[in-house]
Amino acid sequence: MNHKYIARSTEVAARMLGGEMIVMSAADSSLFTLNEQATAIWEAADGVTPLRALVDRAVCEVFDVDPAVAYSDAETFVTELASHGVLLLSDSPIPPREQSA
Amino acid sequence: MSALLQEVMDRARLLGVPFDVHLDLTWRCNERCVHCYLEHASPDEMSAPEYRGLLDQLAEAGVFFLTFSGGEPLLRPDLFEILAHTRGLAFCVKLKTNASLIGQREADRIRSLGIHEVHVSLYSHRPEAHDAVTLIPGSFERSLHAVRLLRSLGQKVVFTHIVTRLASGDDAGVCALAGELGAGFRIDPTITPKIDGDSSPLALNVPHSELVRIVTSPEYVGNVEAFCAPPKPPDPAALDGILCGAGHNHCYIAPNGEVFPCVQFPVSCGNVRRQGFLDIWRHSPAMNEVRSVRVHDLPVCAPCSHIANCTRCPGLALMDGDVRGPSLQDCEKSWARTGLVPTGCPAPLDLTA
Repeated sequence: MNHKYIARSTEVAARMLGGEMIVMSAADSSLFTLNEQATAIWEAADGVTPLRALVDRAVCEVFDVDPAVAYSDAETFVTELASHGVLLLSDSPIPPREQSA
Repeated sequence: MSALLQEVMDRARLLGVPFDVHLDLTWRCNERCVHCYLEHASPDEMSAPEYRGLLDQLAEAGVFFLTFSGGEPLLRPDLFEILAHTRGLAFCVKLKTNASLIGQREADRIRSLGIHEVHVSLYSHRPEAHDAVTLIPGSFERSLHAVRLLRSLGQKVVFTHIVTRLASGDDAGVCALAGELGAGFRIDPTITPKIDGDSSPLALNVPHSELVRIVTSPEYVGNVEAFCAPPKPPDPAALDGILCGAGHNHCYIAPNGEVFPCVQFPVSCGNVRRQGFLDIWRHSPAMNEVRSVRVHDLPVCAPCSHIANCTRCPGLALMDGDVRGPSLQDCEKSWARTGLVPTGCPAPLDLTA
């Protein structure tokens, strides 16, 4: 996994419901329900922590998961959410002002 | 509603989370729509600081969908101050407006605040017919101008077309106009009594034949065969079900802070100026009474042949006289949809005949 950085877009609605994060894209009204591990990544998405380190800290250290599977799932998850504008995905750290763009 | 959204709403209901809240910021309005359910003398409206505190409570309570409406919300000079406070709270915000007060500056602010959808009331694609409903000459042109501004900024807009006798048959024209402008389109064929119980607006409902045309139009209902299928026998488990989301995952808060199960359910459950929102939501005796009613508690509707598919509204039933009785407008809609007279409904069903 190359260094990738993720940040939550402010152009989304998000709310925790029964342990899962519900997220809706303002861009296309796509609705997502994030499981516990995806929710952990969502909440840790600060724009400055590399994705791999973020998955280590928020998922591998907390849940009983195979790290290789966790990294792969995280790649798929962030790519999907980034395609709907819900997550910002970059090869370099994402300054806070860009997170609100 | 998508299957996923339905699943989320059901989960919210099971968890007792008020996922969807409707806030009227004012009952004042600059138009005088002939069918409106409100009186325009607004009660003592909450201030912007009060709304900021309420919005914090709503986010904490788990509210996801937040609809700001009125009256005309743009009559409040502090509207944008209130909307700005939602920005950091991650609501899915809808703004219902007639749009006539939206100029370039307001459009820019709406767009910059991340409002999910702006719902604009449009009663006809013909200016004179729209203005005959609002009773304000020029209102059509002002609303359309605002919609064009909003769309030019990429703002999502949905036309809400309430069908009235005054513009009967104009739905196709409004739908086409929405398509031209890149706006969404919602049609609502139900005019309801005023919030104070005055039933005079019901005379503006379209004739039954027109209702039938609307509820059997594929462009509005999708799969007509499925939508208009004869009612299925009720699943016994469904008889233990709730009546609707009012008080379960949805509620309404009036401009003076009074909390109701729904905007169409005139049972006051408390006031957020005197109690915390969650305290009212969880512990109000009136809210819990509304919540306690199950389908099998409805003496007329439970045995009705249409109960499995009926869109019965308990608030309208209450305005018809009994929260546990039939909602006559929904009886008529079920009849229009299926072509079969509901066995539980008192005749005649053509309420506008």
